[in-house]
Amino acid sequence: MALAIPSREVLALFRHSARLTARCRPLCIRPRQCIRGVATHTHTHHASAISILPTAVDTSSPEFKENKQQMNELMARMTELHAKIAQGGPQKARDKHIARGKMLPRDRVTALIDPGTSFLELSQLAGYEVYPGEEVPAGGIITGIGTVEGVTCMIVANDSTVKGGTYYPITVKKHLRAQAIAQENRLPCIYLVDSGGANLPHQADVFPDRDHFGRIFFNQARMSSMGIPQISVVMGPCTAGGAYVPSMSDESIIVAEQGHIFLAGPPLVKAATGEIVSAEDLGGGKLHSEISGVTDYLAVDDAHALVLARRSISNLNWIRGQAPPSNSSYTSYKEPLYDPADLAGIVGTNLRRQIPAHEVIARIVDGSVFSEFKPSYGQTLVTGFASIQGHRVGIIANNGILFSESSLKGAHFIQLCAKRQIPLVFLQNISGFMVGADAEKGGIAKNGAKLVTAVSCAEVPKFTIVFGSSAGAGNYGMCGRAYSPRFLWAWPNARTSVMGPEQLSSVMEAVGKSADPALKARIERESEATFGSARLWDDGVIPPEHTRAVLGMGLRAAIGGQAEEKDTHWGVFRM
Amino acid sequence: MRALRKPTYLSRLISCSGASTIRRSSTATPVIKPLTSVLIANRGEIALRVGRTASEYGIRTTTLYTDPDARSQHALSSPYAINLGDPTAYLDGDRIIEVAKREGCEGIHPGYGFLSENPTFARKCTEAGLNFIGPPWQAIEAMGSKSQSKDIMTAAGVPCIPGYHGSNQDPQYLKSQAESIGYPVLLKAVKGGGGKGMRIAKTPDEFLDQLASAKSEARNSFGDDVMLVEKYIIKPRHIEVQVFADKHGNCVALGERDCSIQRRHQKILEESPAPHLKEEVRQDLWGKARAAALAVNYEGAGTVEFIFDNDTGEFFFMEMNTRLQVEHPVTEMVTGEDLVRWQLIVAEGGKLPLTQEEIERRISERGAAIEARIYAENPDMNFIPDSGPLLHLRTPTPTSTVRIDAGFVAGDEVSSHYDPMIAKLIVRAETRQAALQKLRAALEEYEIAGPITNIEFLKKVCVSPAFVAGDVETGYIEKYRDELFMREEIKPELMAQAAIGLLLQESKKVKSDPLYSSSGAIVGFGAGYQQREFHLIEIPADGKGDSTTTAVRVRQTAPQAFDVEVNGEEFINVTSNLDASNRITSFYPHTRLSTTLIQDEDRLMLFQQGKQYRLQLTMPKWAEKALGIKDVTNSVLAPMPCKVLRVEVKEGDEVKKDQPLVVIESMKMETVIRSPHDGVIAKIVHGKGDLCKAGTALVEFAEEMSS
Repeated sequence: MALAIPSREVLALFRHSARLTARCRPLCIRPRQCIRGVATHTHTHHASAISILPTAVDTSSPEFKENKQQMNELMARMTELHAKIAQGGPQKARDKHIARGKMLPRDRVTALIDPGTSFLELSQLAGYEVYPGEEVPAGGIITGIGTVEGVTCMIVANDSTVKGGTYYPITVKKHLRAQAIAQENRLPCIYLVDSGGANLPHQADVFPDRDHFGRIFFNQARMSSMGIPQISVVMGPCTAGGAYVPSMSDESIIVAEQGHIFLAGPPLVKAATGEIVSAEDLGGGKLHSEISGVTDYLAVDDAHALVLARRSISNLNWIRGQAPPSNSSYTSYKEPLYDPADLAGIVGTNLRRQIPAHEVIARIVDGSVFSEFKPSYGQTLVTGFASIQGHRVGIIANNGILFSESSLKGAHFIQLCAKRQIPLVFLQNISGFMVGADAEKGGIAKNGAKLVTAVSCAEVPKFTIVFGSSAGAGNYGMCGRAYSPRFLWAWPNARTSVMGPEQLSSVMEAVGKSADPALKARIERESEATFGSARLWDDGVIPPEHTRAVLGMGLRAAIGGQAEEKDTHWGVFRM
Repeated sequence: MRALRKPTYLSRLISCSGASTIRRSSTATPVIKPLTSVLIANRGEIALRVGRTASEYGIRTTTLYTDPDARSQHALSSPYAINLGDPTAYLDGDRIIEVAKREGCEGIHPGYGFLSENPTFARKCTEAGLNFIGPPWQAIEAMGSKSQSKDIMTAAGVPCIPGYHGSNQDPQYLKSQAESIGYPVLLKAVKGGGGKGMRIAKTPDEFLDQLASAKSEARNSFGDDVMLVEKYIIKPRHIEVQVFADKHGNCVALGERDCSIQRRHQKILEESPAPHLKEEVRQDLWGKARAAALAVNYEGAGTVEFIFDNDTGEFFFMEMNTRLQVEHPVTEMVTGEDLVRWQLIVAEGGKLPLTQEEIERRISERGAAIEARIYAENPDMNFIPDSGPLLHLRTPTPTSTVRIDAGFVAGDEVSSHYDPMIAKLIVRAETRQAALQKLRAALEEYEIAGPITNIEFLKKVCVSPAFVAGDVETGYIEKYRDELFMREEIKPELMAQAAIGLLLQESKKVKSDPLYSSSGAIVGFGAGYQQREFHLIEIPADGKGDSTTTAVRVRQTAPQAFDVEVNGEEFINVTSNLDASNRITSFYPHTRLSTTLIQDEDRLMLFQQGKQYRLQLTMPKWAEKALGIKDVTNSVLAPMPCKVLRVEVKEGDEVKKDQPLVVIESMKMETVIRSPHDGVIAKIVHGKGDLCKAGTALVEFAEEMSS
């Protein structure tokens, strides 16, 4: 008997074929000939085939090659820029820092995290070309997610080689963003403090407002009250307001003859009261560990301090009573079937070209397995279930302009995920909702609103990746920054603006204002990924092929943490 | 040649010289009484060895153990295991006889060492009606006395080393004795030791001068100048003959063994046949050995040891070991026989399984065999014994020509209470050269981490040109010291492997928790965070000279990919994998390396390409201040686990370099710990009777050292 070997096309038909139901008739008591139905058994291999995404990418096509070349050029520029930023402050400042026996902040982070784990640094581009004439690499502060003694933590490290580690407005914003992430995801915070405090020339923009310097300590107290541990390591100055970082931590560590904590430094003390006192006597590690009790542990040097910090984390008793799922999907997930490096050639940098969403998803999710929901309805929005590094997610990806159908489908899918407690991943490449008479007649405004409502209210962790353009109300419907995704990352080719520069210029002309000839160029520049990332519109620009790894770490941070606390409503009082 | 029949006059000689009351008639045929159960009065590999053969023939074995040995392999090898308690109890003959009686054992196998050559024990066994698996106690007693055995040997026509041990100390008389012995001669103080009071006179001219000088030194050193004169052999070899005799008057020689490679007067390499031995000399040796055995009415396994003069081809009787020896597997390899089986046959009253002709035919067909003794000891520190748990043990695969007799498995502890021998590795091949090559290869596969072993040293001997050429002598190790103890450079790749291994082993802990596992890959733009520096110290094996520290920088770029920098040399994109047996397999741009890394606190043991390396991690800079760990340069440390026997200095004493400070005992050996430099003693950390771990301070010096 000749058995047909099913081709992929044949298998694809399974998708729409009716489910074969097998009805069981009452069992015959005696073995007797009776007419009964039979269940057609489908082997799991065939069953799973219906969810495997095919690819139509031709890596030898001229279009692919051109895309790839353009993207690679952009990637090279990005890599270079990030490498420069990762060096920190000027050479002279770094040399001086090392000469004092201190570790550079990125080395401190390396020494702090577990060997063999990755550190997911956030917003490296912060402060890039923000302050005319001033370079503030990474905004003078390093923030990111790392694993310490097996606990996923938020690490915040001042870079004192950048303007003495002082807080520019962007530094404050980045610090607060890190705290917001920690609070939302319940991540213990480790502050590696080495800062001269507020940047005085910018004091008006860092000091008094709601989301300024003071908010840091407010957050510390609130998080401590929620049971999110706050640990600080004082590795340099901690002056004035900065003194509250260690003072408001659950446990703090200070490096002897290097870390200093005081509300006012020796010069200010002299000016205020005439008292002459050395920094060490005023707020040195020995004083605070032995007399004042501001700090809890005295370290000999940076390396020792970080060992103590790791020990503190190991005593958080953080992963309480939950056995890690040892044989679950967390350990046995499959990599995508197709090389994520192809993403460069698939997306390119020319946003006029349609980016096939399925090809992108196929290079992000485990085993390229995607259970698509409503595949034939509202096809400009792709929705479906998949796993990323073993974590089940619901994916919503743009595959064209949002129509009423696509919006309704998106809202429906978000509801499904919210009911099932499945985190949502938005893959955003949207120029907006459909405009025009037909669209308005079809109620695009109310249908779009349904999507925005669903996005706003879904109480599941949300993640957004901007892999193309992010414009208009599409930004809102697809969980832009204002919709508080747990994390938002952009690809280097991403562009964020209310509308494209050409459209913007023509709208301006249409409403009667003479277009500023420089406007188009300015809008062009302002919509670039680096511009937005420098201002913390996102949590960083990432290489497309790292999307899977970055999302995986984000998912771990979001759902791998500790379950909500029940008791203890007070913060930790420093005794 | 037929097996010799025991001449009756020799039996008579024995009955005259010994105080024998139990006469055996050499002509009467003894009754064959099969042994059904045996007590093995020993431990370690020999107890296992005996047990193996006994079990093979259905003989029930009862093993003994002491408290420190309760979980050792020999104790676990039999369901019948009796605890003797005290560590020294293997020597408690009466107790052991009592146990044997109580457990219903018919025979006692004494193994080697302990009670194996104790005539009183052998006699008491016999008196208690137990079958002592060894020679008659009279033979043990006769061979146990130096002077008595020499007399018997001389009477039996076996050459003994010529010498004068008498009381006439007249220089001229001694000179005349030297004359009759033949030059060169050795002058030795009877009470002497450690080379003091010892001189060599090469010619009659210098005899009197040397004698005077030896006497004066002996007087000054021991207050006694009584001297003995003996023939001095310039290039001696240790050659011994394995003999076997039964109760029927048969006695055979099962070939000879050359055991010249020795340290601390103990053998480490034994081989058969002895290299470069003329056939007639060899036949003569065998004949003399059999004569020696027959002279004492020998039964069972015995070894007749000769000192062989490599220059003249002469040999002289040294002593007879009345037991199965450590190196018996060498003979088993070249004869294809099981000597323990032979012992049991003889003990049961059976006849020797082979005649001398059959044995010789076997030997001529079976090539060469060599045994290496693997000890827990540090060759670089004068072979000082070591002990501790075997953290890692990997052995070559045993075959019909590669044999391992071991008393330990991985995880066992080499106890400082007993002999530090871990195993014996025996190989056989067509020729001596082929056997050596095979031994070297097998040693390269032998990996032991935990105590320091002599494996690396054995490998060096295996390839030492003079040894390969068969140019052996008992002073070999001393003679070729420079070659054998040459220090070798560690390649940067080894350092890289060590650092990658450390990182991977630490990562493993994290990776076991799947929820928090991260790959360690670079995520996002930039070069990543993972450059870590490891400081690895290479400590000179002999503890002298400066240790060198190497900084190795490792940056993880992907779950299993690393960029490594060692002393300015870079290895980019090394992909490495750590398996469950701590083996790191790395693909470098230029080569593949597999390295096993075993960590023991801050010590690292690495095995790569058949070599072992030892490294240590540096203490972090902060440790001294934070932990109050003192720099140990001002202290004298115990080189091994030991007991302090005496402290020779007091606090406040001014001492000179090399002055004895403390005398310690370990592995039944006394070692004098000498001052490493001039200085003032600040503190005696451990006093008499204290038990110390290796590396603990014994004596501390004052800060300011007098220069």
